[in-house]
Amino acid sequence: MREKRFVYMDHAATTFTKPEVAESMLPFLRENFGNPSSLYSIGREGKEAIEAAREQLAKALGAKPGEIYFTSGGTESDNWAVKGTAFSRRKKGKHIITTPIEHHAVLYPCEYLESQGFDVTYLPVDRYGLVDPAEVEAAIREDTVLISVMYANNEIGTIEPIQEIGEIAKEHDVLFHTDAVQIIGTVPLDMKQKHKDVDMLSLSSHKFYGPKGIGVLYLREGTEIHNYMHGGGQERGKRAGTENVVGIVGMGKAIELATSNIEKHNDKIRKMRDRLLSGVLEIPSCRLNGHPEKRLPGNLNFSFEYIEGESLLLMLDQMGVCSSTGSACTSGSLGTSHVLKAIGLPPEIAQGSLRLTLGDANSEEDIDYVLDVLSETVGKLRNMSPFYKPATACEK
Amino acid sequence: MYNKKVMDHFMNPRNVGEIEDADGIGEAGNPHGDQMKIFLKIRDDRIEDVKFKTFGCAAAIASSSMATELIKGKTLKEAWELTNEAVAEALEGLPPGKLECSVVSREAIHRAINEYRKKQGLEALEEQT
Repeated sequence: MREKRFVYMDHAATTFTKPEVAESMLPFLRENFGNPSSLYSIGREGKEAIEAAREQLAKALGAKPGEIYFTSGGTESDNWAVKGTAFSRRKKGKHIITTPIEHHAVLYPCEYLESQGFDVTYLPVDRYGLVDPAEVEAAIREDTVLISVMYANNEIGTIEPIQEIGEIAKEHDVLFHTDAVQIIGTVPLDMKQKHKDVDMLSLSSHKFYGPKGIGVLYLREGTEIHNYMHGGGQERGKRAGTENVVGIVGMGKAIELATSNIEKHNDKIRKMRDRLLSGVLEIPSCRLNGHPEKRLPGNLNFSFEYIEGESLLLMLDQMGVCSSTGSACTSGSLGTSHVLKAIGLPPEIAQGSLRLTLGDANSEEDIDYVLDVLSETVGKLRNMSPFYKPATACEK
Repeated sequence: MYNKKVMDHFMNPRNVGEIEDADGIGEAGNPHGDQMKIFLKIRDDRIEDVKFKTFGCAAAIASSSMATELIKGKTLKEAWELTNEAVAEALEGLPPGKLECSVVSREAIHRAINEYRKKQGLEALEEQT
C-alpha cells in the first residue's frame, strides 16, 4: 500500500516562505511597528530596514539602490511599467510591442492602452514560445515607445532572448521592459552589464520564497515614467503609500538567499526535473510543451491526449499533489490558456495540459511518488474517456 | 469548489465502461468540450444496465456518474424525462457555470433511447424545446 504524500509542485504559482525569511519579518510585525516616515526611533528603524532591503535587492540585481522601487508585486510592477511609460511617452508615439504569451498583468494593461488610443503589436512566437529578435526589429516603427517581453514564461517555462531584444530596443531608442517574475534565482541578473539594455524589470517576492504582496519595479536611472501612486512622498514620490515594511524586509532576505549559489541550486532542481521528465514521457500519448533546453530548470508542462486538465489536476490533488493546468471548463465548453493557443497547440491537446513546477519544497521521493500517481491517474481518466484508443507511440 | 458528493462521484464514478451488446448507444458533446458516450441494456422497456465513458471536467464526470445511477432500473419514459436540474440536485449542487456540464448526459441518454427505438422500428422521440 502506497503511503499518501503531500507534494507541492506548483512553485511557478507561489512558493512557501522560507523560515529565515519569516524570522526576519517578525520584529516588524511586533515591536518595530513604526511608520518609516516618522522621526522617532521605531520609525527610523523601519526606514533603515527598508533601505537595507533596497541594498539587498540592488546587489542581487547588479543595480543601484535608487533604481529599486517597491510595489505590491508583479502585477503592479507590470501595470506601472507598461502604462506609466506609455503615457509618459505618448507625445513621441503610441505604438507598443509585446507578445501574446505575456502574463495578463502585461496583456490587459496593453488592452487598456488600446482603448486609450494606443496601437499594440503582438509578435508571433514559435511552437516553443520563443520570440525571434528579428521579428522585434521588424515590428519597430517611428512611433514605437515601448517593448515588453517576458524573461521566462510562467506556463511553459521558455526563456526568451532578452539580451538581443534589449540591444535592438536600445538601437532604436525604444524603452524595454521585461517581466522577470519567474526568473529570479535561476539566472544571475546584472543590470549594469548583461542587462544594460533593460530599462524596466518586474519581480515578485512570493516566487522566490518571500512573502506575498510585495515586489519590485526596477527602473533604470533617468527612465521617464508617470508616477503610479499619488500621495505621500514615499519611493521618491513615484509610488506613494506607507511602505510594506514587513514585506520589504522579508523580500530582502529572500532575494539574498535566492541569488546565492544559483548554479548549485539549479543543478539540484534540474536533476529532479529531468528524472521526472523522462519518467512522465514513458506514459503513452503525451508530450512536453515549451522549449526542450531554453526553459526554467523547475518547469515541466505536459499534454496528455484524451483527457481533460481540470479532472487530472483534481484527481492529483486528491492524491496530495498540487499542480496546475492550462485548461478551464466553463459551461460545458473547455477553454485553454492563451499561451498554449499562441504556441499553436490544437485545443484537444491543450485541454489535457498539466504544469508541474519544482522547487525547494521537493525531494527525490516526491519524484517517485508523482511518477507513480500520475501514470495511474492518467490511466484512470483515459479508461473513462470515449476518445481513448490505446496507443504505444510517444511523441518526445 | 465542488461539494463532497460531486467529488465522490468524480473520484469513484459509478457505471464506467462499455456494454458490448448494448441495445442503445448514444453520444453527445460539444466540439472542443465535454463528450459522453452511454450504453444501455434494455429489457421490457426498462434500463437493466447502463455504462458510460466521459471526457471532460470533474462536473461532467460526476454528472455522468449520477445520471447513470438515476436511470438505472427506470423505464425508458422515466429515463427520457431526466433533467439536468435533477442530476445537479442529486449531486447536491454544482458550482456556478458548471450546470451546463451536466447537459451532455441528458443528450446522450436521449440519443441512446432513440437509437434503441429505431432498432425496434419505433419512431424517434422529439426533444422538447
